[in-house]
Amino acid sequence: MGDLNQQMLDKYRNNFLREVEEKVDDGGWVKMCMQCGVCAGSCTFGPDWEHTPQKIFMMIRAGKREEVLGSHSMWLCTSCYNCMVRCPRELPITHIMHGLASYAHRLGLAPKNQPTRDFSLIFWENCTKTGRVNELRMTISVYFREGFMSGVKKMWTLRNIGRGLFFAKRLNPLELFVSHGCKDKDGLRRALKKADEIEARRRGYAVQPRGYSS
Amino acid sequence: MTEVVASNQTILVVGGGISGMTAAIEAAECGKQVLLVEKSPTLGGRTALLYRYFPKLCHPTCGLEINLRRIKSNRNIRVLTLAEVSAIAGSRGDYSATVKIAPRYVNEHCTACGDCAKAVGAEVPNPYNYGMNKMKAAYLPHAMAYPQRYALDASIIGTPEADKAKAACKYGAIDLGMREETVKIKAGAVVWATGWQPYDAAKIQPYGYDRYANVITSLEFERLADPHGPTGGKILRPSDGKEAKNIAFIQCAGSRDENHLRHCSRICCMASLKQTQYVKEAWGAEAKSTIYYIDIRAIDRFEDFYQKVQKDPSVSFLKSKVAKVTQDKSGDVILHGVDTEGYHRYENAHDLAVLAIGMQPSVAGVDIPADIVADSSGFIESSAAESGFFGAGCATNALDVNRAVQSSTAAALRAIQVINKVARAEA
Repeated sequence: MGDLNQQMLDKYRNNFLREVEEKVDDGGWVKMCMQCGVCAGSCTFGPDWEHTPQKIFMMIRAGKREEVLGSHSMWLCTSCYNCMVRCPRELPITHIMHGLASYAHRLGLAPKNQPTRDFSLIFWENCTKTGRVNELRMTISVYFREGFMSGVKKMWTLRNIGRGLFFAKRLNPLELFVSHGCKDKDGLRRALKKADEIEARRRGYAVQPRGYSS
Repeated sequence: MTEVVASNQTILVVGGGISGMTAAIEAAECGKQVLLVEKSPTLGGRTALLYRYFPKLCHPTCGLEINLRRIKSNRNIRVLTLAEVSAIAGSRGDYSATVKIAPRYVNEHCTACGDCAKAVGAEVPNPYNYGMNKMKAAYLPHAMAYPQRYALDASIIGTPEADKAKAACKYGAIDLGMREETVKIKAGAVVWATGWQPYDAAKIQPYGYDRYANVITSLEFERLADPHGPTGGKILRPSDGKEAKNIAFIQCAGSRDENHLRHCSRICCMASLKQTQYVKEAWGAEAKSTIYYIDIRAIDRFEDFYQKVQKDPSVSFLKSKVAKVTQDKSGDVILHGVDTEGYHRYENAHDLAVLAIGMQPSVAGVDIPADIVADSSGFIESSAAESGFFGAGCATNALDVNRAVQSSTAAALRAIQVINKVARAEA
């Protein structure tokens, strides 16, 4: 009997909700959702995404771990904060969505080839390398992330904008070769590494998958 | 000059709605001296402005009439209308209240014949229909008004309109020389029955109450259904007077929302369920009511009424807090949102949207000139043991009429205990 009890307990124990509460930024708020639907109805993205915040919160409570962490929805959030200001229970919805995205990424469960995620990674890598964003290199990395030909095509479409930027002195082709940076690059990297260690210790993460530490 | 005889064995009841009337009657029928102070020209409060009660769908006039008769036949009650408590000092068993009495410009000779209203041309927004129509500046508040005595609106005083009213009165009841008076009143205990007010619907920005004529509050809808209302009891929408047959009821408009009222107003679910029956009664087979809700809170025995309405084919329920309301060129309101049972996105058009507006205590700091313990929503909490202040009815919580009456009877009993102690000490 004891075994059977344990089995039934395990079946109904929602480990995923507990996991979200412990590991995800502001995850402790998820249980406060009363499923009124104002966030879903207020979202500027409207019908364009798979899972609205309301649905995501219910899926977490239903223990749908793979579906939640593999969802595109968190990555589509534009941080307009409409849901957050209207939530009758003051849930920090935008922050929870970002927390979930970041957690899914850390576990390697985030959707592959997700444009927002790719952009975030390219941006982070770019700006943490020297302490400043090299816009030219970043743009090129973003354009060419889907292959050489599509990159060339994109650049060709935007050629007039590029020319305009060049003549307005907002784009320096030499940046492709010489990147300017902040004064103490090593200090910056050490600070970021330390921050990551603190976060990992606080949340009990084992690994640090971010690019800059290599 | 108004003469009020009161002692420290008098119970002062502030507010003449159903709660204040009840507390006053109960205490007076126990032989206590009661002074009932009401700031508007009539007793009855918001109850008198309801079309029907839930769950029995009977008319409030019935209960009000019984209470008014009890007041009229009881020598222990003194009623002051147009009177407001502006300051209060003292302690349990020995209070001294300052009461400001606004001029009515009509004295006790008035027979409510209505000749003054016929003579006066000036009109003012009618507060007894929530400003949805206008009334003459010489007016009887409503059919159930007590005292049955006309009043002149202050805006016409000093104009020829006021003289017209005076000239029309056969009984010499109009006294344009009345001035505001301030009287000091002693009391042993005070019952605060200051009631409630609807939450300001314009603050719920996405629902567009301030932008769209066809978004109204549940209280305004109550007046639309009432024969004494602005449409004579026909459910016509405000923008173009079209018959409103397809009506949306939006629940929790202001309530259960940290951005507005954090409490559940308790009555709105039942009020909307009740109002769907007005729609059905008005339009029969053509009636169509849709209730947009988070969850229906038909507490205890009201569950029966909820089940009855659920079976009604003219009523449908959509589990969703509406995210946004817009109005199209034809005047139809469009409700936007996502439902919780299946997460379907909807854009539903209705003739009229009724916001089941939340209850806010009228006490909230400004109205009560005394130290009152209030909860996080501003409702009066039970007072400390040494206090002679007692809250009654909606001043203490979001309550329906039935529960407000219970609360008031309880408050009357507590006040009586204070008076009995005072009486024993003085004997």
